Amino acid sequence: MEEILIELHVSKKIHTNNGIEVLDVNLKIPKYGLVTLFGKSGVGKTTLLRIIAGLTQPDGGFITVGNEIWYDSIKKINIKPQQRNIGFVFQDYALFPNMTVKEHLLYARPQKETGYISELLDIFHLKGLCNRKPGKLSGGQQQRLAVARALARKPQILLLDEPLSALDSETRNVLQYEIIQAHKNFQATTLLVSHDVNEVLKLSDFVYVIENGKIQKQGKPNDIFDNTKIKTDIQLTGIVLDIQNNTLTVSVDDTITKIITTMDEI
Amino acid sequence: MNEVFFQTFWISIKLASLTTIILFCISIPIAYFLTYSTFRLKVVLQAFVSMPLVLPPSVLGFYLLLAFSPNYWFGSFIDQYLGIRLAFSFLGILIGSIIFNLPFMVNSIQNGFSNLPLSLKDASYTLGKSRMTTIFRVLLPNIKPALLTGVCLTFAHTIGEFGVILMIGGNIPGKTRVAALAVYDEVQALNFDMANKYAIFLFLFSFVVLLFIYSVNREFLKWKKF
Repeated sequence: MEEILIELHVSKKIHTNNGIEVLDVNLKIPKYGLVTLFGKSGVGKTTLLRIIAGLTQPDGGFITVGNEIWYDSIKKINIKPQQRNIGFVFQDYALFPNMTVKEHLLYARPQKETGYISELLDIFHLKGLCNRKPGKLSGGQQQRLAVARALARKPQILLLDEPLSALDSETRNVLQYEIIQAHKNFQATTLLVSHDVNEVLKLSDFVYVIENGKIQKQGKPNDIFDNTKIKTDIQLTGIVLDIQNNTLTVSVDDTITKIITTMDEI
Repeated sequence: MNEVFFQTFWISIKLASLTTIILFCISIPIAYFLTYSTFRLKVVLQAFVSMPLVLPPSVLGFYLLLAFSPNYWFGSFIDQYLGIRLAFSFLGILIGSIIFNLPFMVNSIQNGFSNLPLSLKDASYTLGKSRMTTIFRVLLPNIKPALLTGVCLTFAHTIGEFGVILMIGGNIPGKTRVAALAVYDEVQALNFDMANKYAIFLFLFSFVVLLFIYSVNREFLKWKKF
């Protein structure tokens, strides 16, 4: 039986596209796990991450991490975000425009250690960009810096709020791999918010599906998403660029694929 | 004549510098509170801060004069216990211009804070940094153009202040008489030459200050784009 690190049951009124809804969620996150919160935008996934980080206060419930109580509405405990050992990667990255890449990591580190900082710069391919400010970094580099900064504090828990949603698919693939590597290297229990099925399948080992303010499904990503999708045919969604003889040229997720088919199927 | 001219300008510049420095320090916490607090009644404070923008300077000056007067409780209190007479003194016009210029500094800094993404503050908190560290290392360095605008506007506006200073300062040469008042005085005395000297100096000074704000802020904006 794997050790549970985060256990929470919180409720919070949120404004959604369908008016006010109550987010009422029960989660158990195993230590060193990489767990995804999956759901459409506006269902409260980000709110849930912010509640764990202490940036948003829930209406009621509790959050425990290991032996510590981070929030308990009955005992009136609510630990400040500064005292929760977390790393948070924001959807807009929230990089500080006044600081260079290196200054970001120096600002974030808890003690005066430089070895760790240069390790982070190495892993995230930021060494050559040390003296650049965020305005002079590409989207992918900004995202790497945001993750590196979050890890610089050596967090016990890493919270990622749709960190790859603004990137093109090629960069996204590279960074998904880097997130997996970072997760292995730094052993931070990771909670990822995503609405991209491929990303969930690729990255996480457990997924919670949130709908209408509740957890509708939970389990291993393959079990959750496989039910309708296993067929003898391949299902691809893309743009047909060209049809020649029996070959279709299709652009799927920015990748050009050639598919041999029969004339009946076209 | 020259000595009086420079003395008058020196009072103007001393008043503007002190007003700016003091307002800079007190406006940062006020602007921070007005931007980030969720306190419902903060609109009341916002309205108070902005009052001098719409209130005739003579009204503000009149009430300050009453407050400073030794015949009323506030004036008599500080006269008796601190030995300070605020009416018709430099300290009096300094307090008057701090109150009168509050919106120029607070609104500029508040604009700066509200244009920053909220996530910057959150990000700093999740890195374990206190509110103070976040303000000084993250928020303030990223609103430099707003700070500069606040400083220059306050300084230039104090140089051009007239009504409040006339009401509570009493236009005493060498003490509370500032350049803007001197223009009025010289015109009253039909001394147009001297009035012109003061006026031209004020005109050029205001132009240079605004030119400085706009050119420096343009540099900041360029820097932000990259």
